[in-house]
Amino acid sequence: MTAQASADLKRPTHRARHFTRPPASLVLICLLGVLAGAAIIALTFGAAGIPLARLPAALGFWTEHPVNPLTSRDQLVLWSIRIPRIAAAAMVGSLLAVSGAIMQGLFRNPLADPALVGVSSGGAFAAAVAIVFTDSQLGESLRFMQNELLPLSAFVGSLATTVILYAIANRAGRTSIAIFLLAGLAIAAIANAGIGLLVFMADDRQLRDITFWMLGSLSGATWAKTAVIAPVLAAALIACLWITRGLDLLVLGEAEAFHSGVDVERLKRISIVLVSAMTGVAVSICGVVGFVGIVVPHLLRLVIGPAHRLLLPASALLGAILLVGADTLARTIVAPAEMPIGILTAAVGAPFFLAMLLRQRGLVSL
Amino acid sequence: MAIGGVTLVDGIDLSVSGGEMIAIVGPNGAGKSTLLRLLSGDISAASGDIRLKQRDLRAYSSRQLALHRAMLSQHVSVTFPFTVEEIVHMGAGDQGRAAAEPLVEAALDEAGLSDFRHRKLPTLSGGEQQRAHFARVLVQLACGEAIHGPGLLLLDEPTSSLDLRHQIDLVETARRRAAKGTAVVAILHDLNLAVRFADRIVVLHRGRKVADDVPAKTVTDDLIRKVFEIEARVQRHSDGTPLLLPQLMTAIEARFPETSCAETERSEPWSSSGT
Repeated sequence: MTAQASADLKRPTHRARHFTRPPASLVLICLLGVLAGAAIIALTFGAAGIPLARLPAALGFWTEHPVNPLTSRDQLVLWSIRIPRIAAAAMVGSLLAVSGAIMQGLFRNPLADPALVGVSSGGAFAAAVAIVFTDSQLGESLRFMQNELLPLSAFVGSLATTVILYAIANRAGRTSIAIFLLAGLAIAAIANAGIGLLVFMADDRQLRDITFWMLGSLSGATWAKTAVIAPVLAAALIACLWITRGLDLLVLGEAEAFHSGVDVERLKRISIVLVSAMTGVAVSICGVVGFVGIVVPHLLRLVIGPAHRLLLPASALLGAILLVGADTLARTIVAPAEMPIGILTAAVGAPFFLAMLLRQRGLVSL
Repeated sequence: MAIGGVTLVDGIDLSVSGGEMIAIVGPNGAGKSTLLRLLSGDISAASGDIRLKQRDLRAYSSRQLALHRAMLSQHVSVTFPFTVEEIVHMGAGDQGRAAAEPLVEAALDEAGLSDFRHRKLPTLSGGEQQRAHFARVLVQLACGEAIHGPGLLLLDEPTSSLDLRHQIDLVETARRRAAKGTAVVAILHDLNLAVRFADRIVVLHRGRKVADDVPAKTVTDDLIRKVFEIEARVQRHSDGTPLLLPQLMTAIEARFPETSCAETERSEPWSSSGT
């Protein structure tokens, strides 16, 4: 017997494994608990530290006697800066993770991700266009609505990118995954070239704004921006309820999904609009944050399985946990400065992505 | 039905009654899978019409259609690690998990997969995966039949990855469904299997129907020669059932004489005028 053959014999075989999934309610409750814990930790850490003991008073749960002079400062920090930022991080994480899970279901590929295939870049390019042109004489009439224009531009950019990708990858009702991914890379390159051109044209302030989009940051999160994300996230999560069964059946292929009663074209349209809306809004709030959409659904599939009925809500929760954690790190590890969150997610996500690729080739065991 | 200017199936007139099991046979590229896709509503015919329970197939929504017919495709690949049980449950459509449980149990049992229910589908062999998808289709059929009565079961080469035992099991299961009123149409490559289980055998050749009759009348030396280009001596059981033995088959020599490379280049056989 050769050395390779004996090594193969010692390797545990998949055939002998039996899998039982943990109960859905238990998974969701655990994730909710972890999210609450992550949020509490995030509340206490930052440039102005708020110890756990002062947190209830700062949150207004009770009034201290005698009044701690630091409480009013804590309250200001928490309610004006930290809570909207944590809420925005949680919701953006949910949007990115759920849009990744939907895109992977739609294209039957665990490597599909809005950031990887240029949907985020398309959104960032559209946002950069809005930054540069609404600030010039060309867009003078639109300047008054810049706050609304940026999210809208990012959404339209993401939608346009997704539609173009879909049109390129789809021939005679069949979607070619290889063409989709390659076209996504090409579109991301075009969008990045466009952003480069806009950087060249931009003045100093515009340049800073564009850099914000490219590296991703939640430092600009406010209650007003949080109020924009919340309804989109709520609507998207409700809409997800209608597509979970279709996404499960789409895993069998478009023909099998049709044979099983799925209106495949309608499902694709809904999924594309959802992915574009969620990515667009996320990009408009915090710029391009990559790899959350790949890492979160993949980790969850290992534990709870690929059924979208549980995968989508669980992705929303784990995405929130991941981004709250990443944002806490981003604003503390180089304090008083802030590290762009996109750097952190890429630093963790890219090696994870490579490990997934290697694992698929059977080179390493993850 | 034509794709890219090539006619795949043409002038086929076929009717299937409830309780009947039909085997579609023919050489590669004869249009068998295209015909099944037409019958499933997956693709539409350029001309002519297809009716299911007296109603034009195009008038059904995909959801309604799934309650009247179930189809097992030739190849189904699953990227994500669903377990066998989850795959079979997918056949139950909108039915609640509890309501579908007895149907799923029965289908797993019929497909011989009860012990495999918690295994991840991508880790199973090709034959085991094919049986899991067959079980899923059985659940879909049972769910539809519970509402609308006997339906249509379409099987595209359902035995292609199965061993002998499971080939027989699968076709016997389909036969049992037919006995309960389901109309079954299956593409089969094994003529002996088709002869044993089918009420009628439909033979396709170059997109056209060349025979449609009971097995004893369909499977003849002459038909095998014309359609499959095989010299065969069809044996007969005492009851007249045909039997094909590989030992009694010989491929007919290539119709085109072999030519040298130079001759091939000169004659340009792939140009549109040359073929």
